[in-house]
Amino acid sequence: MRLELRGISKRFGDFWANRGINLTVEPGEIHALLGENGAGKSTLMNVLYGLYQPDEGQIILDGEAVKFTSPGDAMAAGIGMVHQHFMLVPVFTVAENVVLGNEPVKAAGLIDAKQARRLVTEISERFKFDIDPDAYVEDLPVGVQQRVEIIKALSRDAKILILDEPTAVLTPQETDELLTIMRELAAGGTSIVFITHKLREVRAVADRITVIRLGKVVGQANPSDSQTEMASMMVGRQVGLQAPKPAAGPGEVALKVGNLSLVSASGGGLLQDISFDVRAGEILAIAGVQGNGQTELVETLIGLREPTSGLIELNGESLAGRTVRQILDSGVGYVPEDRGRDGMVGGLAISENLVLDQFEYPPFGRYGALDYKAINSNADAQIKAFDVRVGSPNDPISTLSGGNAQKVIVARELSRELRLLVVANPTRGLDVGSIETVHAEILAERAKGVPVLLASTELDEITVLADRIAVMYRGRLVGIVPGDTSRDALGLMMAGVEQGKALAAVGAALPDQDDSVEGDLA
Amino acid sequence: MTQTGSGLLQPAPADQFGPVIPGPPIVRRPLALKVPVAFAGLTLLAVVAFVFGSDAGLTTRFSLASETDFFQLPDFAVPTRPAATVLAIIMAGLTLLAFQSAAQRHKLGLWLPSVFGLAWILSFMVWVIAGKTSTWTIPALLAASLSLSIPLVFGAMTGLVCERVGVINVAIEGELLAGAFLGAVAASAAGSAYVGLIAAPLAGMLVGALLAVFAVRYWVDHIIVGVVLNVLVTGLTSYLFSTVLKSNAGLNRATQLPKLPIPILGDIPVIGPVLFRQSLLVYLMYALVVGLQVMLFRSRWGLRMRACGEHPEAADTVGIQVNRTRIRNTILGGAIAGLGGAFFTIEMGLAFNKEMSAGKGFIALAAMILGRWNPKGAVAAALLFGFAGELAQMMGTMNTPIPSNILLMIPYLLTILAVAGLVGRVRAPAAEGTFYRS
Repeated sequence: MRLELRGISKRFGDFWANRGINLTVEPGEIHALLGENGAGKSTLMNVLYGLYQPDEGQIILDGEAVKFTSPGDAMAAGIGMVHQHFMLVPVFTVAENVVLGNEPVKAAGLIDAKQARRLVTEISERFKFDIDPDAYVEDLPVGVQQRVEIIKALSRDAKILILDEPTAVLTPQETDELLTIMRELAAGGTSIVFITHKLREVRAVADRITVIRLGKVVGQANPSDSQTEMASMMVGRQVGLQAPKPAAGPGEVALKVGNLSLVSASGGGLLQDISFDVRAGEILAIAGVQGNGQTELVETLIGLREPTSGLIELNGESLAGRTVRQILDSGVGYVPEDRGRDGMVGGLAISENLVLDQFEYPPFGRYGALDYKAINSNADAQIKAFDVRVGSPNDPISTLSGGNAQKVIVARELSRELRLLVVANPTRGLDVGSIETVHAEILAERAKGVPVLLASTELDEITVLADRIAVMYRGRLVGIVPGDTSRDALGLMMAGVEQGKALAAVGAALPDQDDSVEGDLA
Repeated sequence: MTQTGSGLLQPAPADQFGPVIPGPPIVRRPLALKVPVAFAGLTLLAVVAFVFGSDAGLTTRFSLASETDFFQLPDFAVPTRPAATVLAIIMAGLTLLAFQSAAQRHKLGLWLPSVFGLAWILSFMVWVIAGKTSTWTIPALLAASLSLSIPLVFGAMTGLVCERVGVINVAIEGELLAGAFLGAVAASAAGSAYVGLIAAPLAGMLVGALLAVFAVRYWVDHIIVGVVLNVLVTGLTSYLFSTVLKSNAGLNRATQLPKLPIPILGDIPVIGPVLFRQSLLVYLMYALVVGLQVMLFRSRWGLRMRACGEHPEAADTVGIQVNRTRIRNTILGGAIAGLGGAFFTIEMGLAFNKEMSAGKGFIALAAMILGRWNPKGAVAAALLFGFAGELAQMMGTMNTPIPSNILLMIPYLLTILAVAGLVGRVRAPAAEGTFYRS
């Protein structure tokens, strides 16, 4: 099926999320839609899928103009979508999720369970997915859930499949497998719209590339173009892909974590026997696919969860069992992964958010009263230092874009003398400019001799920043490897393969002690 | 990467590179001593109160059939203290079992608490009726328990239909009351109880429709709408009762649904008279529970409504109209509770009276939670509440060692314990009480 979008515009209030977008997808083509977070890719696809109505423009399928008022219309027309946040009911089985809305029924409206199961097995076998139709979705790893989404779309005879940031939750190996599946689908005649901001994947799989910036198409790129060219097009200016990282000069061991375990209320093991050190002036990255215990580890270090057993020491003092307040006051800076929920109070002013962990102490608070003069002058200084784009420091922080809000949080955490910095997914959802700023600030702390613990699910971020990388899988530490370990080896470890075997498999030497390893970089 | 039937991650690289790090980590679950300790306490209470608290030499008499039964089973009598002792030993054994399985970190099955509860209640009854001249007729006790649980069952079914689709319904009380009112008025006006049975669900639907409009269409907090509707229905029915119904006595007569005994089934000893010598309303209840149990989990209707209550966005993206589904099922739920409201008037053979639903709608909500949003569980919970209520009432009429006012508190205490989650962690539909912008 040939899809054509003509002059699509979509406005939210005064903000044009899409403006005059033209796009053509040929049958059996993999068409990548490349753009930064917030460029308008997802809005465009939601328009195509009937979730939003365009303010202007036309959708044309095989030469005929169509109008979708609901996802049901889009599906009936042969458009399937795999959403970034999966649209699967966790308490339903795979088969139930696949047939939902399109159920094979017997008499009295009862679902033909046999038929539903067959539907899943058929498609699953065709692509060698090996999925149990009776498994509950909540028990499946995200990579498998994504396949359930693909089966769901294919079971409705989708001729055009939209994949919205499908690799965000996958390991590098799972990503490769997904790219293979995409090629197979395209070879079978399905058109694929592949939304992403990851250049590597675009170059690996796309037939054509359309780049979107600030809601507009800024041009086409070829898969053979270099990453730097594509990145510049996406961002709108010249970008260096790698922040230059000065050599590490690690000092004494500052943070010591030993045999740390955490058991959930229902008895599940969240962390088991985690041990590592972070030295002064060193960045230790915690790598792993989302949901393998990184969040729990960070929350335990910061005092949000009480460890079941084990030791946490900062410069020889135990942190285990202390309150969050005490831990922060002892000089720990914390940039949480969910900034909207844990990093700021949306309704409070930017200036107030900048002193959220210090307002009780002079100069910001005295005798139970806030000193707004001090708070405002602090805000002016920080906003200037971190180049936060704000209207007024007294606007609620919820009016800021993700990148600017994150700069506020980072500014707050770095405004004190730190003895340890803990950052979790610090650049999630940020634009390239903000990512550069945040990375530079983290490196600056490292240069000052602050030990840094960085938990991130983005391998790109880890390879840019990390001095050493600890890989987590299912609540355990698979191993700790040097910062220049190859992506392939890291990917294997993220899937649970032991350190020695992972390194051997990609032809790297085994690391002995702290000597760095010459791995062949991907 | 491959996927096994058990849903565990088994990355493909493992095949090439040997075993992966095993997961998930094996850590001992924390010791769960709540239930065993509660058992121990209850056993101790039974020993102190029922074994040593009863006078030696008394006997306890039960009767298993009433005079009209086809099979006349003989009464039987047991010596009180030995019987209580045997039951206490059984309870002690069960307590030990509970401790043992807690120590081994096994999950307690359903049978253990059930058998323990039965033993405790039996020993309680043995003690209460000890030495009384009047015998207790077990079928009569069970029949009355069933009767008391009818509005609870209907109410709980309403609650779970609404919550499964994502709407919190605390207006069950109002829906029951509206059903009771219109049921009585329609039956009196037409001179036929069956007309009342048709009218009652209509009243409930009306209340359900109001709830649906405000909660789904206008995004008012579900609980607030529910509370307001309860107040509205109470006020409206009380007002009409003291004005229109007072001046037209013909509109509020006591009419009763006739009992329709089912041949053969109704003659089964003990349970026959309890279950199968009932009115149409009760048979409708059986059909409703069985039907819901099947349809909720195996039909297209059930799958779609549960999707709306668990993950409305997912439902929307496969073309299900979330808000329409919610409105329809909330109205359906209203009809069920309205029908249940007919119990208070035309099933009981009473004229309508102010606030005669007496909080049953809230207990029904508790039964739904205790039954984990599942029809069969909710029925079991409703029956338990009905039994506790009947036991309390019966003992209030006898000269028992416990003040009847305290006994009357039992169902409500059970409710609090149930809702507080003592019976285990319960999982509500994920999107209940939320609004959906389509």
